[in-house]
Amino acid sequence: MLDTLLFVVLPYVALVLFFLVGIARYRKRPFSVTSLSSQFLENKKHFWSTVPFHYGILGVLAIHLAGLLIPDAILSWNAAPARLLFLEITGLALGIITLIGLFNSIMRRIRLPRMAVVTNKSDWVLLTLLMVQIILGILVSIFNGWGSSWFASSASPWLWSLFTLSPDVSYVAAMPLLVKLHIINAWLILGYFPFTRLIHVLVIPNPYLWRKTQVVMWHRDRKSVRVKD
Amino acid sequence: MEVRSQIAMTFHLDKCIGCHTCSIACKNIWTDRQGTEYMWWNNVETKPGTGYPTRWEDQTNYNGGWELQNGKLQLKSTSRSKIVPNIFHNPSMPTMDDYYEPWTYKYQELFDAPEGDDQPTARPISMVTGEHIDIEAGPNWDDDMSGSPVYAENDPNLDALSADVRQQMFEIQRLSFFYLPRMCNHCLNPACVASCPSGALYKRGEDGIVLVNQQRCRAWRSCIAACPYKKVYFNWSTGKSEKCILCYPRLETKQPPACHHSCVGRIRYLGNVLYDASRIEEVASVPKEQLIEAQRSLILDPNDPEVIKAAKENGIPDGVITSAQESPVYQFVKSWKLAVPLHAEFRTLPMLFYVPPLSPVMSGSDGDITSNETEDLFHEIKESRVPIQYMAEILGTGATAPVEYALRKQFAVRMYRRQLTVGDVDEATADRALFEADCTREEAEAIYRLTSLVKYEDRFVIPPAQREQAIEMIKDPLDHKQSTGFGFSSPPMRV
Ligand code: HEM
Ligand code: SF4
Repeated sequence: MLDTLLFVVLPYVALVLFFLVGIARYRKRPFSVTSLSSQFLENKKHFWSTVPFHYGILGVLAIHLAGLLIPDAILSWNAAPARLLFLEITGLALGIITLIGLFNSIMRRIRLPRMAVVTNKSDWVLLTLLMVQIILGILVSIFNGWGSSWFASSASPWLWSLFTLSPDVSYVAAMPLLVKLHIINAWLILGYFPFTRLIHVLVIPNPYLWRKTQVVMWHRDRKSVRVKD
Repeated sequence: MEVRSQIAMTFHLDKCIGCHTCSIACKNIWTDRQGTEYMWWNNVETKPGTGYPTRWEDQTNYNGGWELQNGKLQLKSTSRSKIVPNIFHNPSMPTMDDYYEPWTYKYQELFDAPEGDDQPTARPISMVTGEHIDIEAGPNWDDDMSGSPVYAENDPNLDALSADVRQQMFEIQRLSFFYLPRMCNHCLNPACVASCPSGALYKRGEDGIVLVNQQRCRAWRSCIAACPYKKVYFNWSTGKSEKCILCYPRLETKQPPACHHSCVGRIRYLGNVLYDASRIEEVASVPKEQLIEAQRSLILDPNDPEVIKAAKENGIPDGVITSAQESPVYQFVKSWKLAVPLHAEFRTLPMLFYVPPLSPVMSGSDGDITSNETEDLFHEIKESRVPIQYMAEILGTGATAPVEYALRKQFAVRMYRRQLTVGDVDEATADRALFEADCTREEAEAIYRLTSLVKYEDRFVIPPAQREQAIEMIKDPLDHKQSTGFGFSSPPMRV
C-alpha cells in the first residue's frame, strides 16, 4: 500500500504537475520564466557555486538518462569490471562536484546580504531538496555500489512500467532504504520543479546555435503593405 | 540594395551644459522601479573621466563589442562556441560594483531622532539590501572633476596618448573638459542582439529601435557583457535585461524621446536615415581606420531616385522617405560630415553621432599668461585645450582626421558668422577658413541655422510610425470597430 503510494501515485502526481504546471506557466506567465541569475550582485563566489553545480548535475543527469534510455548498452559496457569501475567513479566524482557547487551556492545565499534580497522561501525549499537528493545520491553510490548496473536492470524497467501506464512496483519494492529515499525525493523535486526557478532548465536556448546572428522583427508585412506605386 | 529606415540621433557636444536634465527625464519615466534604481539608460559623463560603469570603454576588461578574427566578425564576449561555458558564469559580466550600489536616505530619522547635542542626520541606506552603506561611487561620481588625478587620469582613452600630451592635459592652466551624454545607440550591428541565446533582443524592422522582449528574456545575460557601451542593464529583481527603448511609445505619437525633448542645451537631434541593410556585415568588418567612412557610406541619399525606388520596393512608406529627406541627422552625418560615431571601433555601427566639441576658445594659455585677446579667439584647432589626439581616441577610432575635419568646419562657421555679425574678421579670412574647411557659404549658413537657431521641429523630424497599417495587417478594422482604447493584458473577470 505504502509502496503503491510512493512508487505509483507519487510519480504520476509529480509527472502531471511537471507537465501541466510547466506548460501553463510557460504560456500564461512567460515573464516568470527566467534563470533569475544573481551574477550581477556578486561575481566571484558565483563562479565556484554555479559552475561546478551545473557541470556536475548535468553529468549526473546524463548518466541517469543513459540508464533509462539505453540500459542494455550500459549493461554490456559494465560487463568488464574496469569499465564498470570507471563509470562508478565518474558518477561519484560528478556527484561530489555537484555537492561542492550546491554547498557554495547555499553558503553564498546565507552569507551575502545582497543575496538574501533575491532568495525567497521557495528557493530555500528547492535548495534543501536538491541538497538532500545529492547527498542521498552520493551515499547510494558509496554504500549500494554498482548502481549503474542495477539502475539499468531494475530502476529502468520500473520507470518504463510507469511510462507505459502499467506500473509494476515489484522492481523497487526490494531496493535498499537509501535508494528508496533517493527515488522518493526525486519525484518530489520533479513535482515541485515547475513552481520554482528550475523552470529555466526547460528553456535552454538551443536555437541560438543555428539562428541568424541578428534578429529583426517587423510589425508590418512589408510586401503587402504597399499595393502599388 | 536592401533599403531600411533607422531612427538616428546626433548630439552636438559643444552645446551640452552637463545639466543632467536628460538623465532625470528618463529616470522618472522608465527606471524608477525596484531593480532598476542603478540604471541610467541616459547618463552624462565628464571627459576626461572614467564614466559609468567605471572605465566602460576599456574592452580588455569588459570584452564588449565585436572583433575581427581572421577577417571575420566575432563577438568579443560570447560567441556561439563560447555559449556553453558562458551561460552558467559569464566571465565578462560586470557586477553592480562596476556601476554603483544605489542608495537613499533615512529621512524619517530627521524627524524621529531623540533630542540630543548633535544635529540629526539622514544616513544613507542601500536600495538593494536596505542596510547602511558608505557611499563610494555614483553614476556621475566624477562629474566636473576632470583634472583630478583620482578620476580623470584613469580615463582609458588616455592610455593611447604620449606622456607629453597627457601631462599637457593636466596642466592647471589648460584644464578643460567636456560632457558626453550617452544612451543606447540603437546600432545597426548590435552586439547585444547577436549575443542573446534566447533571441529575446531584437531590432524593430520599421525604425531600427533595439528592444528586449521581457517575456523571452531568461537572464542568460550575454547582452550585458556584449554591449560595448554597457547600455543593456540587468534588473537584479526581475531577472531580466532592460535597456533604453528610445521612448518608442512617444515616437509612435510623433513626440521625441524624453531625454531629447527635455534637453536644456538643445544639443539633441533626431531623425530617420535610409541605409543599405545588405551591407551591414561588410561595413562592420572593414579595417579600423576605414570604419567611420564605411559607416557613412552605408547611409543612403534619400533624394536619390534609385534609393527612393529601392526603398519603396522594400515597403518603406512615403511618409518615412519624406521624413528621411528632412532628417537633421542626415545633414550632420552625411552632408556636412560634422558628426561621428562614438568608438566606432567597437564595430556595432552605432546610430548616435556626436559633433565633437571645440574646446574653450576665449582664453588660451601662453606660458604662464592667460590671454583673452581677440587674436586668440580663433586659435589653431591643433592647440585646443583638449588635445585632438584625445578626442580622436573617443570619436575617431584613434585617427585625428575625422575629428579635425569636424572641428575645422565648426571653426570656419564661427569665423564666417563673426564676419557677418561682429565684423572684426575680414571677408577674405572667413572665406579662406571656409575653403580650408571644405565648406561653402551656403553650407556654413545651414550649419549655423541648425546649430544655433534650431527650433523644435528642426531638431526632431520623426517619421510616421504607421501603426495603423501594422494593426490592419493583423486585425480587420471592421471587426474590431469600437474595440480600441485601453486594452487588457488578461481578460477582465469578476470573481
Ligand atoms: C543546460 C541546462 C542548464 C542551464 C543552461 C542552466 C543555467 C542556469 C543559470 C544561467 C543559472 C543562474 C545562475 C546565476 O547566474 O545566478 C542557473 C541557476 C540554477 N540552476 Fe541551472 N541551468 C541548467 C540546468 C540545471 C539543472 C539540470 C538543474 C538542477 C536540477 C539546475 C539548477 C539550478 C539551480 C538550483 C540554480 C540556482 C543556483 C543558485 O544561484 O543558488 N540547472 N542555471
Ligand atoms: S539635457 Fe542636454 S544639455 Fe543637459 S546634460 Fe543632457 S544633453 Fe547636456
